[in-house]
Amino acid sequence: MNNTCTCAPELKEKEKQDGIKELKEFIKEHKLLHDKQGALMTVLHKVQEIFGYIPREAMDVVSESLGVPTAHIYGMATFYNFFSLKPKAKYQISVCKGTACYVAGGARLLERVEEELKIKLGDVTPDGLFGLSITRCLGCCGLSPVIQVNEEVFVRLVPEKIPAILEKFRKQEKKTK
Amino acid sequence: MYKMIEAKINGITVEVKEGTTVMEAAKKVQIKIPTLCKHPDLPPSAACGLCIVKVKGSNKMFRACCTPIEDKMEITTNDPDIVEVRKTVLELILSNHPNDCLKCGRNSNCELQSMASDFGIREDVFKKFLRDIPQDSTTGTIVLDPTKCILCGRCIEVCQKGQDVWALSFLQRGMDTRISPAGDIKLSESPCVKCGQCSAHCPTGAIFEKDDTRLVWEALKNADKYCVIQIAPAVRVAIGEAFGVVGKNLTKKLYALFRRMGFKAVFDTNFGADVTIMEEAGEFVERLLHNKGELPLITSCCPAWVDFMEKFHSDMINHFSTCKSPHEIVGTLSKTYYAEKNGIDPAKIYMVSIMPCTAKKYEITRSGEMFASGFQDIDVTITTRELSRMIKQAGIDFLNLPDEEADGLLGEYSGAGVIFGATGGVMEAALRTAYNIVTGKELEDVNFIKTRGLESIKEAEIDIKGTKIRIAVAHGLSHVEEVLNRVRQAKKEGKELPYHFIEVMACPGGCVGGGGQPYNVTDALRLKRSSAIYQDDKDKELRCSHKNPYVKKLYKDFLGKPLGEKSHKLCHTEYKARPIYIR
Repeated sequence: MNNTCTCAPELKEKEKQDGIKELKEFIKEHKLLHDKQGALMTVLHKVQEIFGYIPREAMDVVSESLGVPTAHIYGMATFYNFFSLKPKAKYQISVCKGTACYVAGGARLLERVEEELKIKLGDVTPDGLFGLSITRCLGCCGLSPVIQVNEEVFVRLVPEKIPAILEKFRKQEKKTK
Repeated sequence: MYKMIEAKINGITVEVKEGTTVMEAAKKVQIKIPTLCKHPDLPPSAACGLCIVKVKGSNKMFRACCTPIEDKMEITTNDPDIVEVRKTVLELILSNHPNDCLKCGRNSNCELQSMASDFGIREDVFKKFLRDIPQDSTTGTIVLDPTKCILCGRCIEVCQKGQDVWALSFLQRGMDTRISPAGDIKLSESPCVKCGQCSAHCPTGAIFEKDDTRLVWEALKNADKYCVIQIAPAVRVAIGEAFGVVGKNLTKKLYALFRRMGFKAVFDTNFGADVTIMEEAGEFVERLLHNKGELPLITSCCPAWVDFMEKFHSDMINHFSTCKSPHEIVGTLSKTYYAEKNGIDPAKIYMVSIMPCTAKKYEITRSGEMFASGFQDIDVTITTRELSRMIKQAGIDFLNLPDEEADGLLGEYSGAGVIFGATGGVMEAALRTAYNIVTGKELEDVNFIKTRGLESIKEAEIDIKGTKIRIAVAHGLSHVEEVLNRVRQAKKEGKELPYHFIEVMACPGGCVGGGGQPYNVTDALRLKRSSAIYQDDKDKELRCSHKNPYVKKLYKDFLGKPLGEKSHKLCHTEYKARPIYIR
């Protein structure tokens, strides 16, 4: 994951407003159930659920309604892997860099995905379709090297097979539209 | 009653209160345990790992900074094993610290550097893993260089808990952990109030004052400039520390120094403090007796406090004294009054102010009123730490200089002027003069002992001719909210106000503990510095601002009367609400 970039694409205005409304209601309900610290964790989980990431606007709402400084929220949001400061992609590609996959050429798979999608590790394609991350061992080393796209695992790969996999999801996306 | 505990450290019996840490207990028996993260001002963070000790009966090593000593504990703080581990910890810390010492703002003053020297580090044992994060000097006051950060957490503790500003926090985790404002924005867009406490507590060169000494040397070199200088009250009692002298008032040696450095006139911020009091005490009495403005009146000499108020407590703007801070007043007057009296073109005057403070660097261009003379009233501000370097560069045997006097017009001060440098001092100085304005008489005893000392919130009730004046003094920004909330609560409920007059200084101890002062400050040192200030006050024949003959002369010859039209134009300012985050 690229840790320095914080420039998340703007949410669509309507989505954002609906999300903020939902968030405010959630905070109202949960504020009194916990102490400040406890409430913050629960609320951030909710933000991640509503928006798919932690947008700055949502942080401001959380800061104001819980009385927690933004710097603290930001520290937490960047500390835990579960939270993301950028929108997650519709199809998250995880390239395995566990020992077995690494030895079997996992790094070359990663390079090829980067090349095909013209994005770097940790980024999301501008259309929001694909995101790229690495993972450490999916427990199927006998089938290495592997990549995972959302829940689906692709095994014994060579870089040449990457374009077809990406195409499969592009087609799937077209169908659903 | 505390339970007492008896333990042995390196075979020496020590008796301490229950809850005392191993590190504190060791100090009692003259044992120093090395640390890079524990600062006497702050709670332990157990970050650096250098303070490890052995405890008999356990095969683990414990961190002395955060391990409470237990009854019958037998502790070893030093043996070849421990030295070896500490050395490795240090080598690991150094493995992501650049070897930049020669060019670093903390060269010869760095806790990491001294530790590396103590432990005889002679090579990079581990592969260097340096972080590539750009410096941030956007505030123009302090410079943040996260590449030199050892993640001790001191700056974050003082910024968040001590000052309640929350400009800095740790972002990310593991190898990626770094200090930064939220969202990786620049400090100038963050809530930072420039108090500089982070820089005063940083053990390395990760946060340090922006160095403006070059500007001063250039001005001194420029034959067209008429260079003048002023020093703040807290500088004179701390600058000696850079030369091995603690708690000594070096005012007169500083005057001599400045002349040798090439300054044409030597002024004193304490004179400006006397003028501030004339205006501020006048303002207080106007609000108290004539209903002209809201009570409580809140002092505004501290630029970090002003910035904090404008960002976090802007509902209090109407309570703020509109009076400028003392150094701004001396700046304005040097380019108007002094220039006029001596027939000098004010455009040529170059005003340098030496401050214990990093926020003063921000204040000099804070708003339009800082240009009241028609020029930038203060051309450059440097901190006590920068001045100590300049003295060394100038090759002047500072401590052995003969005593000299300041230039009278803007240089003579009363005892009230000098106590501005310590918490409670502005309040005390103002009360001395307010008493005179209200009663027309002089105080028999000018000492207001209750405003002095390091208690975080000091309260007192003073009787001025039958009127009871309730005052509060707070220092360290985290103590401000409590005081302001009492005022807010009373206003909301329509009750009698809890205070008539409030003094706030952003830094613990007031300016003596300022963010631009020499390093390694503790409460004991703050007290030594402030007692030198109170001694100066005590030694002065004139101890009230309104009795300073040069202040009288200023009003007679130039300003007219306090709160008059001219002083309003030159000596007052305005405030506005500012966003906490700029986006």
